[in-house]
Amino acid sequence: MVLSILEWLEGTRWSIALLESIWVWPLVESTHVLTLGLFVGTTIMMDLRLLGVTFRQVPVSAFTGRMLPWTRVGFAIMTVTGLLLFYSNPVRYYTNVFFRLKVLVLAIAGFNAWFFHARAHRTVDEWGAEPTPPRAARIAGAVSIVGWTIVVISGRLIAYNWFDCDIQPQPDLINWAAGCVLGAE
Amino acid sequence: MLLPFFEWCENTVVGSAIRDSLWAFPVIEAVHLVGLCLLGGALLIVDLRLLGVGLTGRSISELSAQARPWLVGAVTLMVATGIPLFLSEAVKCYYNTSFWVKITTLPVALVFTFALRDRWARSPELDTSLRSRLIGAGSIALWLTVAAAGRWIGLSA
Repeated sequence: MVLSILEWLEGTRWSIALLESIWVWPLVESTHVLTLGLFVGTTIMMDLRLLGVTFRQVPVSAFTGRMLPWTRVGFAIMTVTGLLLFYSNPVRYYTNVFFRLKVLVLAIAGFNAWFFHARAHRTVDEWGAEPTPPRAARIAGAVSIVGWTIVVISGRLIAYNWFDCDIQPQPDLINWAAGCVLGAE
Repeated sequence: MLLPFFEWCENTVVGSAIRDSLWAFPVIEAVHLVGLCLLGGALLIVDLRLLGVGLTGRSISELSAQARPWLVGAVTLMVATGIPLFLSEAVKCYYNTSFWVKITTLPVALVFTFALRDRWARSPELDTSLRSRLIGAGSIALWLTVAAAGRWIGLSA
C-alpha cells in the first residue's frame, strides 16, 4: 500500500527531474548537510547546557528564548530539503535500513524535545539559573545528543547501497528491516 | 610538483587500509559530519552573539571563553577524521578544485578564529557594533566556504 503510493510518487515528472538534475539535487543535498551545523549544532549547545556541562552561568531560559528560534530555522531548512530528497527517490529511501533507522530515531528525538518542553521546561523559571539542571532536564539533554548523533550517522549512511533490496542475497533480518519485497523485481 | 606527495599520501598504510575496507570510509565520513555539527554549534553561539542576535544577554567574552574547549574539540575531531579521508583518496583530491578551495580557505578560517576572533572577543568592551557584526559575518562566511567546498569534493568527480 505505502509502496504503491511511493512507486506512483517516484514516477511523477518532478521527482524524476529532481533526481536527474545536474545542479539542483546536489545543491539541495549540500544545503541539507551544511544546515546540520545550524540545526544539530545549536541543539548540541543547548543539550550541553541542560547537562550542566558548559555555559553553566547562562540561564536555560536564555537558550530556549534566544537560541531556539535559530534551531527552529535550521529544522525548517532540514525538513524542506529532506522532504525534497525523499521525493526524488522515495522507493529507494523507504526500503533502506539506514533511512528507516534515521526516521525511527528522529521520531524518538522529536518526542524527547516535545516532552522536555511540555514537562520539565514549564518550571524553567524555578531551576533555569542553576548551573546543574534537574534530572529530567539532564536526561532530555543526554537523549537529545545521543539521538541526533545517531540520526546524523545513519543519515549519512543512507548513501551506501550495501543493504539495498536489489542486492541479494541479504540476511533475513536486513530484508525484514528494509521491508524488501522479494521476487517482485 | 605536488603530485608525487599526493601519490605518496594515497599509498600510506592508512590510505590503503581505508580504500580496501567497505566500511571505513563511510564510518569515518559520518563521524566527520558529527564533528561538523559540534563545530557549527561552537562557532554559531559566538558568531550569532557578535551579530547582535542569539544570547545577547551575555557578554561576548564569556560566550567565547565557554565555547572555546568545544571549538577546539570539534576542530580536533574534524582534522582527525579529515586526514584519513584525504589519505584514502589523495590523488582524486589533487585533481579536485573543491579540495583546493577547502584546503586554502581552512587555514584562513583557523587563523581568523583562533588568532583574531578569539582575541577580539576577549576584550570585555566589545559589544554589538558594526565591528562585532563584521567579525561574526566574516566568521560565518569563512567557515561556510570551507564546509561547502568540503561537501563539494564528494559531488564533483
